[in-house]
Amino acid sequence: MKDFARHTPAARGINWNRVQDDKDLEVWNRLTANFWLPEKVPLSNDVQSWATLTDQERELTIRVFAGLTLLDTVQGSVGAPAMLADAVTPHEEAVLTNIAFMESVHAKSYSSIFSTLCSTTEIDAAFRWAEENPHLQAKASKILADYAPGADPLKKKIASTFLESFLFYSGFYLPMHWSSRAKLTNTADLIRLIIRDEAVHGYYIGYKFQRALERESAARQAEIKDYAFGLMFELYEIEEHYTAELYDGLGMTEDVKKFLHYNANKALMNLGFESLFPDSVTDVNPAILSALSPNADENHDFFSGSGSSYVIGKSVATEDEDWDF
Amino acid sequence: MRLAFYSTASGNTARFVERLGEPAVRITAGDAPAMTAPFVLITPTYADGEGRGAVPKPVIRFLNDPGTRANLIGVIAGGNRNFGEMFARAGDVIAQKCGVPCLYRFELAGTAGDVTRVQQGLERLWQARTHSNAVA
Ligand SMILES: Cc1cc2nc3c(=O)[nH]c(=O)nc-3n(C[C@H](O)[C@H](O)[C@H](O)COP(=O)(O)O)c2cc1C
Ligand SMILES: [Fe+2]
Ligand SMILES: [Fe+2]
Repeated sequence: MKDFARHTPAARGINWNRVQDDKDLEVWNRLTANFWLPEKVPLSNDVQSWATLTDQERELTIRVFAGLTLLDTVQGSVGAPAMLADAVTPHEEAVLTNIAFMESVHAKSYSSIFSTLCSTTEIDAAFRWAEENPHLQAKASKILADYAPGADPLKKKIASTFLESFLFYSGFYLPMHWSSRAKLTNTADLIRLIIRDEAVHGYYIGYKFQRALERESAARQAEIKDYAFGLMFELYEIEEHYTAELYDGLGMTEDVKKFLHYNANKALMNLGFESLFPDSVTDVNPAILSALSPNADENHDFFSGSGSSYVIGKSVATEDEDWDF
Repeated sequence: MRLAFYSTASGNTARFVERLGEPAVRITAGDAPAMTAPFVLITPTYADGEGRGAVPKPVIRFLNDPGTRANLIGVIAGGNRNFGEMFARAGDVIAQKCGVPCLYRFELAGTAGDVTRVQQGLERLWQARTHSNAVA
């Protein structure tokens, strides 16, 4: 009994007054400030708009949301918990449990959209479709393979960052498209809350990946980087098929693919790597970009403007006690 | 030096600045260098959901120096469009506070296109200044 006690590490409580990595606290603060629930969004205001969509558009929308539900479920129940074992600080564990819980909120919010807009038959059919769709299943199983118990911690973080920052975007495109046409605008508001959360998740997991990678030998760093780009290529190929199957019917596939390229670059940047797709294939429709960040482009940047004059920024809240002037 | 930048441990802004291929002064949490000649500031955005705290504290301390502020001619802001209306908000806040233009906004570590556009934009900016100084 005594011996056993001596060899068991003492259980420790988390001390938030001794933080080893400032990013843990910074991200915790941002994530908790971002907290939301689907009940806060007046989804029922979209019922009329939903009725203006064609049968084909409605079916596409339900399938897209069923696919997103699956990814959020995987990340909440498997991905984020799988990274707990590799956490290097207790505060990182706390952030990961926050991420896991928020994924469950995301997954549930699609059910709120469904119950507001669809019949039980349509909902059941969409979940069946997601379970049987080969492309959706292929991407889930690629990611799940990297989440397996005992898997390489660096590879787990790569797969996780790609899920957070790349794999969702074939789905997110559609509500942004509807929003740019003033359709399903409340649903789009909810999706924007999810998109903001995913940005912090992808940022944080990518950041922890960078910290872990810098401790490895040059050879191992090169091997891991190859692995990351290889996995991106494989996932991209699956995404191409998935996108074509969903969007060909409405002639939107090429536009969605630009959005995929654009987000693949951002996923790689979150890992600290250079982007992969050149500007010539990442020229996302400006209507989609402004649906992502409404009002952010009111002032033309001086450097991209066509000879426009200096414009001083729009009126924004500048108060911060640290300003001395 | 004509560029000053801030970047946190995630290093996106630092990677962007490195690819510009121009020497740049780094602002750190502990050190706010004083700028004695005209320069452009490059900074990421870290706002909360309401837009508070968009400009990182070390950048605020850096700009609190009146001499440095007098030399600031424009700001370039990093961020991520996923933050919606808050995208690159640090650029708007500094533009407003310091009465300088927001020259450009980019996401994360920027794309090759962002690097080229900023290099060319800065080149035009410095040329225009040299020219107007010569005339004056
Ligand atoms: C906690 C947190 C808050 C952020 N807030 C914003 C924001 O309000 N607007 C924005 O455009 N980007 C925001 N970002 C994204 C960062 O500006 C972006 O990742 C940037 O590239 C970070 O630069 P750095 O790696 O040089 O520090 C935020 C990131 C984090 C982690
Ligand atoms: Fe999610
Ligand atoms: Fe997430």
